[in-house]
Amino acid sequence: MAETKTPEPQQSQSTEAGCPPRRSVEVIYERSLPGHRGYRLPRGAAARWEAAIDALPETLRRKRPPELPEVTEPEVVRHFIGISLLNHHVDRSLYPLGSCTMKYNPKINEELARLPGFALLHPQAPETSLQGILALLWRFERELACVVGMAAVSLHPAAGAQGEMLGMKLFRAYHRHRGHAKRKVLVPDSAHGTNPASVVLSGFEPVQIASGADGRMDLGAIRAAIDDDTAGIMVTNPNTLGLFEKEIAAVAEAIHAVDGLVYMDGANLNALVGLAQPGAMGVDIVHLNLHKTFSTPHGGGGPGSGPVAVTAELEPFLPVPIVERTEAGYRLEHGRPLSVGPLHPWCGNAGVVVRAFAYLHSLGAEGLAAVSRAAIVNANYLMKQVADSFPVAKREWCMHEFISSASWTKKHKVRVMDVAKRLLDFGFHAPTVSFPLIVPDALMIEPTETETRPTLDRFAAALREIAREVRESPERVQQAPHSTCVGRLNEAAAARRLRVRWQAAKERDDAGGA
Amino acid sequence: MSNIGHTPQEERAMLAAIGADSFETLLDQVPSALRQQKPCDLPPAQSEFELRRTLSGLAAENYDPLRSLSFLGAGFYDHIIPAAIDQIVLRSEFYTAYTPYQAEVAQGTLTTIFEFQSLICALSGMEIANASMYDGASAAAEAMLLAGSATRSERVLLAESIHPRTRGVIETYLDGSALEVLTLPERKGQVDLAALEQALTEKPAAVLLQQPNFFGLLEPLDRVAELQQRLSAETHLVVSADPLSLALLAPPADFGAQTVIGDVQPLGIPPQFGGPSAGYFATRASHARRLPGRLVAEATDAEGRRGFVLTLQTREQHIRREKATSNICTNSALMALRATIFLSLLGPTGLQEMAALCAARGQQAAERLCGIRGVARRHAGPFWREFVLTLPREAEDAVERAYEAGGVLAGVPLSRFWPERRRELLVAVTEKRTPEEIETLAETLEKVLA
Ligand SMILES: Cc1ncc(COP(=O)(O)O)c(C=O)c1O
Repeated sequence: MAETKTPEPQQSQSTEAGCPPRRSVEVIYERSLPGHRGYRLPRGAAARWEAAIDALPETLRRKRPPELPEVTEPEVVRHFIGISLLNHHVDRSLYPLGSCTMKYNPKINEELARLPGFALLHPQAPETSLQGILALLWRFERELACVVGMAAVSLHPAAGAQGEMLGMKLFRAYHRHRGHAKRKVLVPDSAHGTNPASVVLSGFEPVQIASGADGRMDLGAIRAAIDDDTAGIMVTNPNTLGLFEKEIAAVAEAIHAVDGLVYMDGANLNALVGLAQPGAMGVDIVHLNLHKTFSTPHGGGGPGSGPVAVTAELEPFLPVPIVERTEAGYRLEHGRPLSVGPLHPWCGNAGVVVRAFAYLHSLGAEGLAAVSRAAIVNANYLMKQVADSFPVAKREWCMHEFISSASWTKKHKVRVMDVAKRLLDFGFHAPTVSFPLIVPDALMIEPTETETRPTLDRFAAALREIAREVRESPERVQQAPHSTCVGRLNEAAAARRLRVRWQAAKERDDAGGA
Repeated sequence: MSNIGHTPQEERAMLAAIGADSFETLLDQVPSALRQQKPCDLPPAQSEFELRRTLSGLAAENYDPLRSLSFLGAGFYDHIIPAAIDQIVLRSEFYTAYTPYQAEVAQGTLTTIFEFQSLICALSGMEIANASMYDGASAAAEAMLLAGSATRSERVLLAESIHPRTRGVIETYLDGSALEVLTLPERKGQVDLAALEQALTEKPAAVLLQQPNFFGLLEPLDRVAELQQRLSAETHLVVSADPLSLALLAPPADFGAQTVIGDVQPLGIPPQFGGPSAGYFATRASHARRLPGRLVAEATDAEGRRGFVLTLQTREQHIRREKATSNICTNSALMALRATIFLSLLGPTGLQEMAALCAARGQQAAERLCGIRGVARRHAGPFWREFVLTLPREAEDAVERAYEAGGVLAGVPLSRFWPERRRELLVAVTEKRTPEEIETLAETLEKVLA
């Protein structure tokens, strides 16, 4: 299966320290050699294998083995270590990806989540043998409810977007229960893309509401949009511009006046923990991202956990099963006649919850308030350092993140993405780019509480240097990055060719590929 | 506060540097009526050392998985997890990165996703697979939505023999959509072909089967495919396939499946009380623009060197918003990486041996257990790793006693899913179970059933 590759010339041009020489990125299949293997199974019963396979119906059996690579363990390890070196990550340096809260992931959480008494638990073991994990989930639900000032929590959603979807299912269940068939959900134009997508997935119609000049919800526009068909609103607070929605209580009142519900996207809760509670804002449902606020690792794209907290009125609608505490111990209750039904194969991403539980308990109430405080101080400090090179969208203090704009670089034929790429050369990850959509050429910057002042200063200095380059040598920025392990890749050509799986050389030729 | 970037003194200096008198100044936009008045009631902060004690204590209140003998399945399986997996996924480079938005500094993640997609295609026989879904159940729901958007039909047909939880999740997802969920009854534990024949005349958007099904039995996919192709070619045959079983079983593509989905938990992912795992989603290239979730493609740089990028992003919520194919954003990349490393280590031979060993042990266990008085297999059909027994007494009671008698986790009572199935027990036997352990299970059941 392995193709013989012509060795590629090693570039003498210096690349970033720690980078392998620039060449095509390796795929595990290229290490494959016939007959190699990386794992040995327990011996025994070999004689029965053939008989066991023969017992399966002939018509359903595989005719030839699947095309998997054949690689020894050391070669597998070298491959993955080799490609891992091409990644930026939080443990290397600042990762100011706005809206994603890329804070440090405490090491102890990884150790604890790997205790066999958590990691290896089967969900269908007898409940009497699961009292530790059920207690942990039961307690964590109540602790999170306390943090956000709500009545009840479901830990089932596997990520923020699934929490949003659960929120919309709760809208549906609530209105159905009240005998209403409301169809519309208001969504501000600054909302994250998952919000309108979750609205549609749940059979509602999103009504986009333009933000006011200050970047916040426009109470007048919302009032004007509300009618009897309004099932509710999705509000992000602080919003995606890093601003607190001052009118949230008034918005909630207006929505409640037509028996609508208020959903809060709590992905930005890192600004609020210990400082302000959605429960006091008139919010009926809020989701939290444990992989943001509660320090669980992002895993290169997941897994996450997106618990949903609700008012007492909505509690009967939460997904099943529900952990209950009884005289005889903890148990799972499946019979909830009003429940929206199940959302997850079992009770949510318990392995992620264990990490978040450890984090919350490492903080306590005071530590929690210190987190949002430091996140806000860091964001405002950085905003002031950055503002002279990349103007800040809104001239006021921010919460945990802020938006700079790179619009001015366009007259130098430099795009916001070029600025982002140039930051990579300085050893930083780029901010979130071109989001929120209501700020042209947005750079969304979220430092989190775990960064030090010297790090923030270095990042601001890099942006200042890039701003100077844009004016004096724009090509340096247009062609960035220069020192990453891999250069810019042609995304348009990739989408046209759409090569999305490994194909051995022969198969490619047959398919007429290059 | 060991994870916070500055001391109170540094904070004062930072505030002074930006012209803020105090932290309160920064909060001027938060109406005082909305400020939290008193801290919520949480236990006091614990040091790392104390945390270890607290959580080890909680873990010890669960059964000890290293000392008990598990025959539990029903969607989560006790398979071997090679040591190299944890060592690799504990690389900060992998677990502390996020979605590879900046390809130049994310080739590690992008490459592993491309590999995952490739391996899933190799197992399922399909042409295109995404970067992962949350789990097998949400993948199944998304497959129903894809079928709904690709066909003009407004009903989907779910076999009664799929995991009841998968059915539940699909129903939750589809509530509010245009799609109606219908049930295809089982007969002797397998899909009822006569009922299927009837249902296909209505030309549903999709027929969903699980292979092996919830009862552990192999569905006659060849017969199903024949009926579907003859009676309703436009219907999407969707197969939820255990990826490990595909080492022995023909890829669902061979039966004309339009979409193949499933959960990769058997591939090196610990059960973790039900999650996180990862779902896989594989389909035909013609559905590329309907695919939910992230997709990675091969690309080249200016000098022709290969790398990888996120592609067809206009399907996704961050670009398409309300017109996106799905609302998924964060997926389960690190669990998909576990599966990728697992498949790389096992290779074609190792995977086949593992799956064959499951079959051998399963058959051995079924024979032995059916020798117990009053115990018999519930269904006669062919199975791979898992099967249903009928017991002479209530299964819930039997498993409780078996656990108490010596840490034997004898199986999953079906009454947990269908209350009327009081005496049925679902038993899973993986490659980890030795003949001696199977004997222990048999002797334990003999005792508790006597
Ligand atoms: C504001 C906002 N809302 C919702 C989400 C969706 O969360 P997830 O990616 O966990 O599904 C995100 C993050 O991606 C976000 O930043």
